[in-house]
Amino acid sequence: MGIQFNLGNESKRREVLASGHVVPDQMRCVQCGICSYNCPIGIDVRRHAWLGESIDDSHCLTCGECVRRCPRGVLRFEKTELFMKGEK
Amino acid sequence: MTRYVILGTGVAGVAATSTLRTVEPSSEIVLVGEDQHGFYSRPGLAYYLNNEIPEKQLTIFTKDDWKKLKVRYIRGLATRLDPGKHQLEIGESGHLKYDRLLLATGSNAVPLTLPGAGLQGIVKLDDLDDTRRILSLTRHARTAVVVGGGIIAVELVEGLLARGLKVHYFLRGDRYWPNVLDEKESRLLEHRLAEDGVSLHFKTEASEVLGKRGKVSAIRTSKGEIIRCEIVAVGIGVRPRMELAINAGLTTDRGILTDESLQTSDADIFAAGDVSQVHDPLSGQSFIDTLWYPAREKGRIAALNMSGRRSIYKRKVAINVLRLAGVMTTIIGAVGSGSDDDLVSVARGSSETWQQLPNTIALESSTEINHLRLMIGEHTLVGAMVMGEQKLSIPLQDIISSKADITPIRHLLQPGAPLGQIMMDFWTNLKN
Repeated sequence: MGIQFNLGNESKRREVLASGHVVPDQMRCVQCGICSYNCPIGIDVRRHAWLGESIDDSHCLTCGECVRRCPRGVLRFEKTELFMKGEK
Repeated sequence: MTRYVILGTGVAGVAATSTLRTVEPSSEIVLVGEDQHGFYSRPGLAYYLNNEIPEKQLTIFTKDDWKKLKVRYIRGLATRLDPGKHQLEIGESGHLKYDRLLLATGSNAVPLTLPGAGLQGIVKLDDLDDTRRILSLTRHARTAVVVGGGIIAVELVEGLLARGLKVHYFLRGDRYWPNVLDEKESRLLEHRLAEDGVSLHFKTEASEVLGKRGKVSAIRTSKGEIIRCEIVAVGIGVRPRMELAINAGLTTDRGILTDESLQTSDADIFAAGDVSQVHDPLSGQSFIDTLWYPAREKGRIAALNMSGRRSIYKRKVAINVLRLAGVMTTIIGAVGSGSDDDLVSVARGSSETWQQLPNTIALESSTEINHLRLMIGEHTLVGAMVMGEQKLSIPLQDIISSKADITPIRHLLQPGAPLGQIMMDFWTNLKN
């Protein structure tokens, strides 16, 4: 069960990794920095939110830690336009 | 060369500085502020207090960011403004001339005024020094009393709890934040606080803070009860810091009055952030917001106008998303009205527009942990409160901000209807 569960998560993670990225809503962000503090690979997510830019850093694992930890609902996963065009 | 002076190192002042540098690459920009810590996330102080982040995480700009802004920084308190001479007096630094000035002096917590208010151990959560002071006190304190309403009071309650203290929370009325929340929402949050071990005292006021050797030792309530404590934390609202503007003869009301270009009654002086009370031509009224993003946006618009680039501040629907008593909560647009005995002025992190409710019908749907309330106008949704599950937070933000015509679904919005699903479907159709 545990293995299946993990495989399921891994599969989902890869799916998101391949097709989406983290997008901030500048209006909600208060620059508390919880996102950057919790990023396992040290991406300055807060900086992206200040600039209103999606996290398109190729190192992003899309692990969702920043999305989950943000106390202001600033961050969300969004499909990249590139893949959306590809799907049509 | 034009000299721009920005007074205040909060988000409004820094956003203005940044915008000015972009549009005026070679102008002189002077940033003045007395906070020794400069620019940091004020809303983030609550997360430092409750131990979610370390102090250094609050700093937003790097040394390199400041270098790029090519700004002259003067640390000091502005004590006098002379609009006739285009001059500021700053502490011991002397006079500073300006061509255009931005007042982004923010707001200050309203202090407690009762016997014993000068004792050591009475704290607020306004700036980094306040937070350090609280953390220092929590190392030896066992019990704290929190008085006040709105967001800051609950952040104080949660922060002190996280630091291992027993917390008593005094509310003057019979429920929490009544001018924004409805009764069910107040009860939901009060229940969560009680579950976390907070002792809630309704219809209770502090009448005197008692001390020993200059330090807080207990608090006497209006009912005569004495509660031993070492900390009294206060969150009864904030007041715009506008003494400079008043003494300079600028037009003020609850804040410094500006038009929609953020210009004050003096053509060369602008105001932005918590201190500004901005005219809204649509409603004919003027409002104060003590929210982060509007402050940033006002700083940007003020800077454009200061440099002669005509730009209008368009008031967006006020929104705040936060955790209240551990419950994710989104507050959008007009949701409440009336008064709040726990706040003597506007709460930090709030907007006066939240309490400007026009004729609306309120509908709600709740489960034990999730709650949704919609404020329905004639053709539009004018406000919403989302607690717990946040799936509807962004859709409702979109629907309310865009003033989407809800006429096609208005007849469906009835008591007992699946409001969440109806709004989600409406938003999906709107997007496609």
